[in-house]
Amino acid sequence: MVSRPVTALRLETDPDTCAGAGQCVRAAPDLFDQDDDGLVVLLRAHVPPEARERALTAADWCPSGAVTAHDPS
Amino acid sequence: MTRPAPDPATDPATDPGPTAADGDDTSFPLARTCPFTPPDDYAGMRERADLTRARIPSGKRPWLVTRHEDVRAALSHPAASSDARNPAFPALGDGEQVVAAELRPFIRMDPPDHTLVRRMLVGEFTVRRVRAMRPAIEAVCAEQVEYLLSRPAPADLVADYANRVSTTVICRLLGVPLEDLEFFRRITSISGSRDSTEEEVGAALGELFGLIDRLIDDKAKDPRDDLISRLATGPLARGEITRHSLLSQIGITLNAGHETSRNMIPLAALALLEHPEQLELLREDPQLWPGAVDELLRYLSVADVITLRVATEDIPLSSGTIPAGDGYIALLGAANHDPGAFPEPGRLDVRRTQRNHVAFGYGTHQCVGQNLGRLEIEIALRTLFDRVPTLRSELALADLPARSSSAIFGLDEVPVSW
Ligand code: HEM
Ligand code: SF4
Repeated sequence: MVSRPVTALRLETDPDTCAGAGQCVRAAPDLFDQDDDGLVVLLRAHVPPEARERALTAADWCPSGAVTAHDPS
Repeated sequence: MTRPAPDPATDPATDPGPTAADGDDTSFPLARTCPFTPPDDYAGMRERADLTRARIPSGKRPWLVTRHEDVRAALSHPAASSDARNPAFPALGDGEQVVAAELRPFIRMDPPDHTLVRRMLVGEFTVRRVRAMRPAIEAVCAEQVEYLLSRPAPADLVADYANRVSTTVICRLLGVPLEDLEFFRRITSISGSRDSTEEEVGAALGELFGLIDRLIDDKAKDPRDDLISRLATGPLARGEITRHSLLSQIGITLNAGHETSRNMIPLAALALLEHPEQLELLREDPQLWPGAVDELLRYLSVADVITLRVATEDIPLSSGTIPAGDGYIALLGAANHDPGAFPEPGRLDVRRTQRNHVAFGYGTHQCVGQNLGRLEIEIALRTLFDRVPTLRSELALADLPARSSSAIFGLDEVPVSW
């Protein structure tokens, strides 16, 4: 893991499938927020390399598949 | 921690089951050997190449899902149905199934009905909203720890602290007035006790619904800053939810939010007393508390058997396929103690950094109150250990009475001194 080059990511969120329990906000408060109705708000779609791990954690913790990480393009 | 496992029924030689064909089934639910850890037999089930078939008190034979990756997959699969009206739904008792099918709390609903109700509630439990509740919860815990200390020792950590904290917090959130709090405590102690008869439970639930019904009327007329007021003046007034459904949804939120914390707080306190080196780490570095709470949630997995489902299509898992139409139980405690996901799962380690446990479930039903639950447990434990540094349990672990009949694991009574 350590020696692999750390690259940027592109995040997508889907408020329609969001279950609103805020796992993404716990994992990466700099990348996600929740609106007043509890649904996900993406703060930064383009994730710099230093925030990559947190973005992947958010995608892993999200129980409803509403957070997905993609290669930047 | 050495109480013998009272599950002779798992041995086909001593319990062939009601019919020969059921001979290999595991009688379920299983008892815990140690109050801290999910049943020992889960380990064997996780390692088996196929899924285990259980026989539950209702006579149904749901599949048991035990591996961490499988539990997550089985709970987030679009074919995972929570609808208790389906005859295959594996409620552990027949009474529970009838009540859930009739009341339809959203924990036992599927999308799109589930989504509608859940959307009405998630805004109440955002990370930000819950963070703002911290001072109020701190005040509640500070008050209740003084109540505990005012009792003659040995006092009961369940009745004299945890139950008082959890009922006060959930009633505040919902807007149940202080003057109804004792009434609420009395009703929930009847509805949650294994000593109550079916009639007593029915009557208690009837009283609870009467209270909620009255509160909805009161708050529609005179709304305050609370959950019932917002639902009564919002979705109910706009006709987006029926009164019958609103009653059920408030009822499940009151219950789910109360019993889980009530059971978690004393168990977690005991677990830390049993692992003094872990408690010491927390005393030295209070920053470890939030992580410790997640670790305690994983380790104790009190909601182990709450996640009942029916597969509406085949659900393929690493340990086999759940056939369409069959019921299954995704065992949260088994997943949380899967060595493939958590190294040395039986070790309580407050410095564990991994947080992908499933103590709050997974998928669209994942606990809506989890942020509140985490905060409440953290503050209740911190307040307790800060204010009562000499706290000790009066009984050996093996002698503490477990609440065997409840869907949420917990202890009936935890006598403590200081
Ligand atoms: C403190 C520890 C808690 C634990 C371990 C816990 C556990 C769980 C679990 C495992 C589920 C999922 C059930 C399923 O998938 O079938 C759930 C759902 C739920 N919980 Fe919690 N819970 C806790 C606290 C709370 C609190 C504090 C509240 C409310 C204030 C709450 C309210 C609910 C509700 C309403 C649901 C149903 C959500 C849905 O079906 O969409 N829980 N809980
Ligand atoms: S973790 Fe997923 S479900 Fe939860 S708020 Fe974030 S996007 Fe929504």
